Amino acid sequence: MKSLVCLKQVPDTETQIKVNPDGTGIVTEGIKYVINPYDEFSVEEALRLKEKFKAGEVLILSIGPDRATEAIRTALAMGADKGIHISDESLNNSDPFVIAQALAAAAAQTEYDIIFCGHRAIDDDFGEAGAMLAELLKLPQVTLVTKVDIADDKTKAIVERDVEGGKETVEVPLPCVLTSQKGLNEPRYASLPGIMKAKKKPIDKKTAADLGISPEPKLRSNAYSMPPERTAGKKFEGMEPPDVAKAVVQALRNEAKVI
Amino acid sequence: MQSSLDYFGETHHILRQTVARFVEREVKPFVDEWEEAGEFPRELYRKAGEIGLLGVNYPEEYGGSPADIFHEVVLTEELTRSGSGGVSAGLMSLSIALPPILALGTPEQKERFIPPVLRGEKVAALGITEPGGGSDVANLRTRAVRDGDHYVVNGSKTMITSGTRADQVTLAVRTGGPGHRGISLLVVETDTPGFSVSKKLRKMGWWASDTAELSFEDMRVPAENLLGEEGAGFYGIMNNFQKERLYLALMANTTAALALEESIKYARLREAFGKALMGFQVTRHKLVDMATLVEVSREFTYRIAAKIQAGENMVKEISMAKIFATDICDRVCHAAVQIHGGYGYMRECLVERLYRDSRILSIGGGTSEIMKEIISKMML
Repeated sequence: MKSLVCLKQVPDTETQIKVNPDGTGIVTEGIKYVINPYDEFSVEEALRLKEKFKAGEVLILSIGPDRATEAIRTALAMGADKGIHISDESLNNSDPFVIAQALAAAAAQTEYDIIFCGHRAIDDDFGEAGAMLAELLKLPQVTLVTKVDIADDKTKAIVERDVEGGKETVEVPLPCVLTSQKGLNEPRYASLPGIMKAKKKPIDKKTAADLGISPEPKLRSNAYSMPPERTAGKKFEGMEPPDVAKAVVQALRNEAKVI
Repeated sequence: MQSSLDYFGETHHILRQTVARFVEREVKPFVDEWEEAGEFPRELYRKAGEIGLLGVNYPEEYGGSPADIFHEVVLTEELTRSGSGGVSAGLMSLSIALPPILALGTPEQKERFIPPVLRGEKVAALGITEPGGGSDVANLRTRAVRDGDHYVVNGSKTMITSGTRADQVTLAVRTGGPGHRGISLLVVETDTPGFSVSKKLRKMGWWASDTAELSFEDMRVPAENLLGEEGAGFYGIMNNFQKERLYLALMANTTAALALEESIKYARLREAFGKALMGFQVTRHKLVDMATLVEVSREFTYRIAAKIQAGENMVKEISMAKIFATDICDRVCHAAVQIHGGYGYMRECLVERLYRDSRILSIGGGTSEIMKEIISKMML
């Protein structure tokens, strides 16, 4: 089973994000980066497929600046076999379409039975790259996947996905694109032996030119802003409990407009 | 000048993430429970062994992962970040128990006694300290007398980390005459008749690590469990002190860093006389003093670690680092409790535990006074 796993390096969920003073992006200084958690589910699932079929390969594909090698290396430490790092100034801060184009171009240069993407990245939250990638490659896709079963002859996958309030089970021919959702699995740790072995695993660096693409984004971000700061709460004091209750209900209805 | 960042590369960062996540998932949610219980589940050894954390910098042939000293630094720091020195000390008791085996043992002994411990299936302890003396290793009294293919061991040990449930103890015994030349090391399997845990000791801090008093009555240990030659024990013991002092200095720096971080959080939240504690110059300056001590100590310790890595003899300097780090840890934890006021004295407050856990660091692995004796002999 050959899996291609698309992976993005994102700020750690614990990081306090601040918008830079001119509103063009976030302050990157001091940020700790990790693998996008949904992509980590993808890595784990791909490793399990390789283990189940006792053959194959897990190939990691990531777009990002130099620091993104650490995310690829972490996936290699978990057990993936090799990486492709697309590093090109023209692709930094690009839109999901350009990302999907680059992923598609890189995918076209590799062999795979299945492609995994996280269903979204926790930094910009677009949730579009996976779907666009499938379209560009003219592959079937299943989104928000929580369970994957591959038929022994590797011609199709039976996949469970999240739907409102329940699960849907679908069948999809291979090759296909699956986007991973929380609940798919519990990713393994990058073990110490894995970390040391990963040092020697190959990471192929590529530029936009190597992929034969010239990125033309369809979106342009104009401004970033922080949500408004929370204002102080309102106190109701010096009243009898029944009157407090009435006043609070009135305030919730007329001022906060929540009931 | 090198900054601390230069000591750590990609593999260190990834390992740090692994250990931090391990601590976040497998340790932190249960720390309070384990502290009260006086031990953590044995299962934790296996979980840590499974992902290779117990084998940092051990040879591959015995199930370890050759690494460098900064991987050990990362492991020690991140385990200490659990906020329980006891978990860190108990889980890593192998780091004092196995090095003598590695240094003096035959290939057969290493094959027998190292891999099961690195896998987390067996717990290893080091038995040196006796009721009658601690750092005065040369005068230890536990006696081992050769009888055919066995040594017959009589005596007792105390304050043995992981002692209540160790499967094997690297035991310092007297096989010869008085003084350090009469000391040997035996690996004792704790199911040997004559071995008993006479007491589980209750401590000021490090609650989650079990600590024992052990006694040996006509305990027959196979002679093949002798490490190296008879009389080689003292060297085997002294050989690892440099590393043990490094770990203790790192634990002290990290414990102090945690106390500082908790204090900063608290000073932002807690109000007194109408403003946050942070609004008072006296608090801000105290925090700056704490941060300065932590920073200086950490950088000094890293530098010494780098020199050990480069193969330099750092006995004097690492002893200095241990004195300094454990002293600033006591001071920073004291200040942290002071900033927290009454809450800092309450069990549910992390700095209360850090304050208690800090106290052992200037005692274990050689007291600060012993460190000063070592340093004075080398410099005066």
